[in-house]
Amino acid sequence: MNPISTHSSAATPPAWQPRIVAFFCNWCTYTAADLAGVSRTRYSPSARVIRLMCSGRLDPQLVLAAFARGADGVLVGGCHPGDCHYLEGNYKTSRRFHLLRRLLADLGIDEQRLRLEWISAAEGEKVKSAIDDMTEDLRQLGPLNLPAKHAEWDQEMEALETEVKEAERLAAQTAPQTGIPITECTNPEPSHA
Amino acid sequence: MPKPKVAFYWCASCGGCEEAVVDLAEDILGVVEAVDIVFWPCAMDFKKAGLEEMPDKSITAALVNGAIRTSEQEEMARLLRRKSQYLIAYGACAQQGGIPGLANQFSREQLLRYVYEEAPTVLNTAGHRPAPQFQVDGHAVTLPEFRHRVRSLDQVVEVDYYVPGCPPTPKITKAALGALLEGKLPPKGSVLAPDIALCQQCPLVDSKPQDLSLAEYKRPHWAPIDPEKCLLSQGFPCLGPATRGGCEAVCIRGHMPCTGCFGPTSRVKDQGAKILSSLASTLAAKEDEAIVKGLNTIPDPVGTFYRYSLAASTLRGKVA
Repeated sequence: MNPISTHSSAATPPAWQPRIVAFFCNWCTYTAADLAGVSRTRYSPSARVIRLMCSGRLDPQLVLAAFARGADGVLVGGCHPGDCHYLEGNYKTSRRFHLLRRLLADLGIDEQRLRLEWISAAEGEKVKSAIDDMTEDLRQLGPLNLPAKHAEWDQEMEALETEVKEAERLAAQTAPQTGIPITECTNPEPSHA
Repeated sequence: MPKPKVAFYWCASCGGCEEAVVDLAEDILGVVEAVDIVFWPCAMDFKKAGLEEMPDKSITAALVNGAIRTSEQEEMARLLRRKSQYLIAYGACAQQGGIPGLANQFSREQLLRYVYEEAPTVLNTAGHRPAPQFQVDGHAVTLPEFRHRVRSLDQVVEVDYYVPGCPPTPKITKAALGALLEGKLPPKGSVLAPDIALCQQCPLVDSKPQDLSLAEYKRPHWAPIDPEKCLLSQGFPCLGPATRGGCEAVCIRGHMPCTGCFGPTSRVKDQGAKILSSLASTLAAKEDEAIVKGLNTIPDPVGTFYRYSLAASTLRGKVA
């Protein structure tokens, strides 16, 4: 999938648009995004929003999967502390977020690529500023493009496949009958005297 | 009827998995009686050429342990795949990259520079590095290529079954060999161990509170361990909740927290992310500052959560 471009004019090359996967909680941030929509708020089209019942339902596996499949950033939106519909969910999110951010930094993914925002249902404007700010940060950082990186890592194995096939082809040409290749032996047979 | 043929091979491994086969003790006699061991270079005199001569698919099962780091290991994995009906990733390294997989936190250049030049015990003023090809007195000598990444076996060739553990326990090994010999095999790609979390097998599970509320985490050498109480509830990061059972909690019975060698259950893809999720949520703190302070008592998240699974994890290692 190619990054979606906002510019279509032939004169200027299309600007690179970061891809953000946004996980928003049903009760606050997703409702705020709805509010931003009905208020005709203009903001960057870089975020793909996924609605969860609670930010605390976000399994860190999904954050890693988003990066591994080509996201440049992951934005998590939940209720303000103390406002969680399920009382404690957003505190769990917060703890996981801090640990996950450290883990990502250790694995070479810039901290700014994972962002947590508390956005209440009334804060449509904050949805705009969070997405716009993050888009700008990611533009500065540039593409992450893990799928290409993983594919590049695996190129080193292709060389061997070619080499082995070539060796087998040569072996089949030079010694069609003998199975065990005869190597020159410079040492005489050991004597068991 | 000819006996089924079995091969054993090691790649980037410590030898513990080979030891685990011998740990079958008297039961190994039963194995030797039931099968023909046609290839086991660690224990007996077999040559690669002999393996190459065997017809394709003539070996019933090849049990390969160790991660894949060099071109030679890659080549042997491919060769054994071709010669065998079932290729079995035996042990944590073959299954998930294991301890050698932790090297994926560093570039090849960093590793070679440290090991051959910078390590305090190394004297190498000329800065020699292992070269894949080298001329000595007019003779060309070669070494396998040292790859940029450590891989699990299934990242190199197709794998039929996995036997988990660092190393697999004798009971798991025996059950896996039994299933192979009797043809009572689960669907291809299965891990030949119970599909339950370790907590379900843990002798301390009854002392695990419903809700954990920890101020900080402890490393095993920081505080005495109460042998009667759930280690997580005492603040020791134990990977039991995100690790497959089957080892019968040997480490916990030895008063050490689980480090996750049996890998995840079938419902989990990324063991490290799953235990991170579970562990972080046990912290009591609610304010950012207190949360960060509490979490900082885990000094090495990658090494703690991905001790055996970094190479096969979602990110596969350090990405930049």
